[in-house]
Amino acid sequence: MNLALPALVPALPALGAAATLAVGRRSPGLARPLAIVPVAVSAVLALVVAIQLGTGQVLDAATRLTPTGGPEISLAIHLDGYSSLISVLVGLVATCVQVYSTAYLKDDPRYPSYAALVSLFTAAMFLVVYSGDLIVLLVGWEVMGICSYFLIGHHWETEDARSASLKAFLVTKLGDVPFLFGIFLLGADAGSFRIEDVLRAAGDGRLGHPTLIALLLLAGVAGKSAQFPLHTWLPDAMAGPTPVSALIHAATMVAAGIYLVARLLPVFLLSGAALVVLAVMAAVTMIGSALCALAQDDLKRVLAYSTVGQLGYMAGALASGDREASVFHLVSHGAFKALLFLAAGVVIHAAHTNSISAMSRIPGLRKRVPDAYWTMAIALIALIGLPPFSGFFSKEAVLTAAEHAANGEALTNGLGPASAVPQAAGWIVLISAGLTALLTAAYAARLFLVTFHSPAGAALPAAGGAPAVADHEPDAPYSPEPDEADPAVAEPPAMRWPLWVLAVPTMGFGIAGLRSDWLPALLDGGSLKPSAVTAVTGTGLAVVGVLLAYGAWRAATARTTEGLPAPAEPGRVPEQAGAPAAEVIVADPGRALLGPLFGPARHGFGVDRLYSALFVRPVEAAARLVRFLDREVVETYVRGSGAGAELLGRVVRLAQTGNAQTYLSALLAGVVLLAVLVAV
Amino acid sequence: MHLAYPVVLAALLFSVGVYGVLARRNVILVLMSVELMLNAVNLNLVAFDAWLRDSLHAGQALTLFTITIAAAEIGLGLAIVLLLFRARGTADIDRAIALGDPAESTADVDEAPVGTEALKGRATA
Repeated sequence: MNLALPALVPALPALGAAATLAVGRRSPGLARPLAIVPVAVSAVLALVVAIQLGTGQVLDAATRLTPTGGPEISLAIHLDGYSSLISVLVGLVATCVQVYSTAYLKDDPRYPSYAALVSLFTAAMFLVVYSGDLIVLLVGWEVMGICSYFLIGHHWETEDARSASLKAFLVTKLGDVPFLFGIFLLGADAGSFRIEDVLRAAGDGRLGHPTLIALLLLAGVAGKSAQFPLHTWLPDAMAGPTPVSALIHAATMVAAGIYLVARLLPVFLLSGAALVVLAVMAAVTMIGSALCALAQDDLKRVLAYSTVGQLGYMAGALASGDREASVFHLVSHGAFKALLFLAAGVVIHAAHTNSISAMSRIPGLRKRVPDAYWTMAIALIALIGLPPFSGFFSKEAVLTAAEHAANGEALTNGLGPASAVPQAAGWIVLISAGLTALLTAAYAARLFLVTFHSPAGAALPAAGGAPAVADHEPDAPYSPEPDEADPAVAEPPAMRWPLWVLAVPTMGFGIAGLRSDWLPALLDGGSLKPSAVTAVTGTGLAVVGVLLAYGAWRAATARTTEGLPAPAEPGRVPEQAGAPAAEVIVADPGRALLGPLFGPARHGFGVDRLYSALFVRPVEAAARLVRFLDREVVETYVRGSGAGAELLGRVVRLAQTGNAQTYLSALLAGVVLLAVLVAV
Repeated sequence: MHLAYPVVLAALLFSVGVYGVLARRNVILVLMSVELMLNAVNLNLVAFDAWLRDSLHAGQALTLFTITIAAAEIGLGLAIVLLLFRARGTADIDRAIALGDPAESTADVDEAPVGTEALKGRATA
């Protein structure tokens, strides 16, 4: 197979990014084609590479990049079923996002730099997916980090965006430092940074410190894939433009951590402890984020927490030793979550607000954005995991993997012995995944019902959207989208078509796992068929979740239509003070379902506040101390030397009288002094 | 003749010259005092030349040089004095202090803030 093709896949978007940056300012007409064409071409190339490679093939080629004292760094390409599958997903989502962005950021003066960063980001993701060398992979990994920083901070005029981008950067870097050391240790133990060699060493049991390596790598994965201790950046990252959320925070960057663990799963299988840690991390992430999602008012934050939870599913599948199920869920989630974000972008564009309670008061919102309405329904059903949508099959694959691991017969597909996966990991994942299925269904249903079907909106006089919008505009969270008063242009074609393109895999991708010679043949050749027990319980839990949310919503709407204010919450939080009066009439099933947990859940269980007390404030105090030392101590010496020299100068000035006779007298005195000194 | 006489005379002449240079006010008198000092040196040169019986009479030759240079120097000096007098209407050395650091600016700096601002202010001043 020609190596130029896979090499072109990451290179094209990178060149496109450079070209967009170079000419985008001077000729804005070129920015759009330069943004879309390279990404689209490399998406096609990724598909061609995947087809040429076929199933069950592995291509590994390397050229030595630089000789080092220790293990060598090489420019290596490693292609297998996993990289084919994920590169096609990345290409598809990135192309959709670029097309969508042309309409979404139509009037943005910074569109060229935005498009260039999205292209560069896509290139970095391709590099991560194709790389066969850990150091080269790290390069792509970090480029994605910095692109994410810039893209989250796209609207840098706002305080939110600035702090969110900084937070995302710092939190992911916090994970990346141990990750770097993990890679070094892995390279040192295996004697090479090539993934092939590392896996061979892991297979031969030549790795000296598998647990330490796995835990160090997990720190980086937790940062990138937003798992429990380091998940806090992802919900805040929603300050970026919505297409960025779709690309980075749903389909690609956060998937990089999962992909890396899937690649290096044999290393992780050497350490039962690391798998249990991963399982606990995944379980806490899943349940916590689902509870948070149930309480959020910002549409994009609901989706962000949902992303965190679904990444928890993938991590759970990995903890159960089944990377097939994990990547299967990664791909189906990538499609439906990108779809959800893009549809949410359309809705936000039309409603001029991120708040779902504000949206619920806009009459006829679902009629103004019919395509977004329907595609969002499809994607939410996939998220809930109802058959026959893709989410059902991939989620069942995860549950099946956890079930097998809990029974002590983990589906490692020949990467390691089934006994390598502790049963505890399986149980933790299984139980938390079941609970999360219930909660996921509840928050998805809540999101949909409150946004589109609230009777409060219908009950308002149908005087048109504009007055109602203007009504709560000051309270709404910052919405940088340009004003689109005309409902007819709420869904321009460039925003509508990507939705339907992504809806196709959302609906149909799930069946790819049904036959073992379809998707599993591309991966490890295991089975992705849902087992009867988990399928029934999983679907049952999801249905129960939907019904619970529906019931709570009916009860809440009944209360509001009767004109009674919802019962005041003791846990009502000051953040809501922004939109107080209107808040009461919105029927929010989340409040009834969560009860006393609602307040904490709305704030992400205070993790941010905890971190701020534990880390941010001590660091700020240390910074203040350093500032004090610099300003007051070091500066004093500097000022002192200046003041001393000046004082001396002032004394010397006194001698400068201008009288020649004085000078001569001093000269004579000096001569006499010297003569005396010489004589004596 | 004993060496002591001319040497003592030269020393006296030189001292008178030094006094004149340091203490007189009139520039002409200061220049004349300078001439006195030069002539004291000349006297020394001639006296030692005679005392050492130098066959080349280097002392006397050097004295001629000194006289020549002194003549040129006094011409130059008087020209300067003339110009000074024309410009200022005075030949008083005490009042020709235009090159000195004026005392009142010292008072200004006393009040100026210490540190970089003061340095900047100095640079612009």
